[in-house]
Amino acid sequence: MGFPTTHISLVRRAGSGDVATRTGAEESLAAVYWAPIYTHVRLAHRQEPADAEDLTQGFFAQALERGLFARYDPERARFRSYVRRCVDSYVANALQAERRLKRGGTAAFVSIEVAEIEGRLTSEGDSGADADAAFEREWVRSVLADAVRQLRERYRAAGRLGQLMLFERYELADTDDTRPTYAELAAELGIPVTQVTNWLAAARRDFRAIVLDTVRALSGSDDEFRADMRDLLGVAPR
Amino acid sequence: MSPLSDSTVARLRALVDRSAEQARYEIGELIGEGGMGSVYLARDRELDRDVALKVLRDAAPTPDERERIVREARILASLEHPGIVPIHDVGTLPDGRLFYVMKRVRGERFDDFVRGSRSRTELLRAFLQMCDAVAFAHAAGVIHRDLKPQNVMLGAFGEVLVLDWGVAKTSRSPRPGVGEAAAGTAAGTPGYMAPEQLSGEADERADVYGLGGVLFFLLTSEHPSPARDTADQWGSGTTVPPALRAICGRARAAHPAARYQSVKSMAADVANYLDALPVVAHAEGILERARRIALRHRTAILLVLAYLAMRVALLVFTRG
Repeated sequence: MGFPTTHISLVRRAGSGDVATRTGAEESLAAVYWAPIYTHVRLAHRQEPADAEDLTQGFFAQALERGLFARYDPERARFRSYVRRCVDSYVANALQAERRLKRGGTAAFVSIEVAEIEGRLTSEGDSGADADAAFEREWVRSVLADAVRQLRERYRAAGRLGQLMLFERYELADTDDTRPTYAELAAELGIPVTQVTNWLAAARRDFRAIVLDTVRALSGSDDEFRADMRDLLGVAPR
Repeated sequence: MSPLSDSTVARLRALVDRSAEQARYEIGELIGEGGMGSVYLARDRELDRDVALKVLRDAAPTPDERERIVREARILASLEHPGIVPIHDVGTLPDGRLFYVMKRVRGERFDDFVRGSRSRTELLRAFLQMCDAVAFAHAAGVIHRDLKPQNVMLGAFGEVLVLDWGVAKTSRSPRPGVGEAAAGTAAGTPGYMAPEQLSGEADERADVYGLGGVLFFLLTSEHPSPARDTADQWGSGTTVPPALRAICGRARAAHPAARYQSVKSMAADVANYLDALPVVAHAEGILERARRIALRHRTAILLVLAYLAMRVALLVFTRG
């Protein structure tokens, strides 16, 4: 029995005839895929940072212009594989013609810090590493970051600032060493430790639901969704 | 989007994997505290019911503490008996604290039950249920090692439940000694802990000693003193029958060989007392024996006496 589809896929919305719907979906896809594609161009096509950034922006400009996302056929491949093939094709053509899209020729799709990605590539010694693995890793990071953004928006709108603060302090700490204990958080907020436990549990539950929705929206099919959850997040969706 | 460090990404991935399970229980008020952890009332959202959640206190438990609570959960899970609290689940909170989920027992703790105005017979019948649960555990190779009134609950329907198997010892462990109180260290509560437990040695006779302490508390509403012999603790004006004092004394003998050799034999003696039958632990005198036999056959004796009284009355009436 397939997992019930409860969310209209971003991938399908990218093929919508309605301009506003299509544009919104394409921008959401770009938000998640920018960093993985940049990493892919850097590693698989061995491009310098500035060139990789230009090529990534250029790819999204072309994808928008030609409706690449709308042409995706879930029967033939996973969406991520399709995107990578499109990128490979675009980069190959661009390099062969010895042309580069001018930076800023189109509006930037996302506010991305290339330096951060470069920092990770350098620290991981990824220059000669497996480009596919790096692409997948950046995809997971982008999905989780987007889910954090959505959780923040949702909690701020609902006035659940205490719960959000707990989640950020405890789950988003850079390292385990900098994480406060439940007791410290309870003292800081003036609430019982059991409430810290319950609030964090609720925030984790919401975060998990957002991640599942996000991955489902980024998938071309239910099968792909389940495979993504299993392969990339190590999770069997329930 | 704000960047996420590698360790944050790893943590969030694990969180997505585990959070559905962890969010299953909503933790409520604290309902009990023990040496190793706290017990909370909790709501199981999935099955929509109240449960008891025992959480190890330390967020960074030592391997030994971790092993102990997991082992307690496994021991409980292996003991299916109406007198032993069933366990539903076991897991780890995101901050590293271990927990396991038990049936929530609604009722009264045994020490509070004893302090209420209950008849001795009612208390002894509850004690026999307790013995039944412990004997069942012994048959499964598990020694409780911390039997005391605070570790026993009486349910709403009179059922007796033995709790807190945190220092229990199992003879069927694949790795004997792992996770148990280390050899040579004491596990138990003073007054209820058998002397041999001080050296880390205990078989089912250690639980006989603990139950002897519970019986003493049941009869006197006072905890037994670890420093004094049981025979010296009754007080001069005690109303506790000699047979019950003898049962208690034998169960609490300092040397294991001098005790009842099993919980079953101790329970049999208590049952004998309730049925006004001879008690193995007690050599009764002639008067005491007559009193016991009279008590045992009091209905028949009353009927005979009533019959005789009627005959005498009839004789007096006809002669008059």
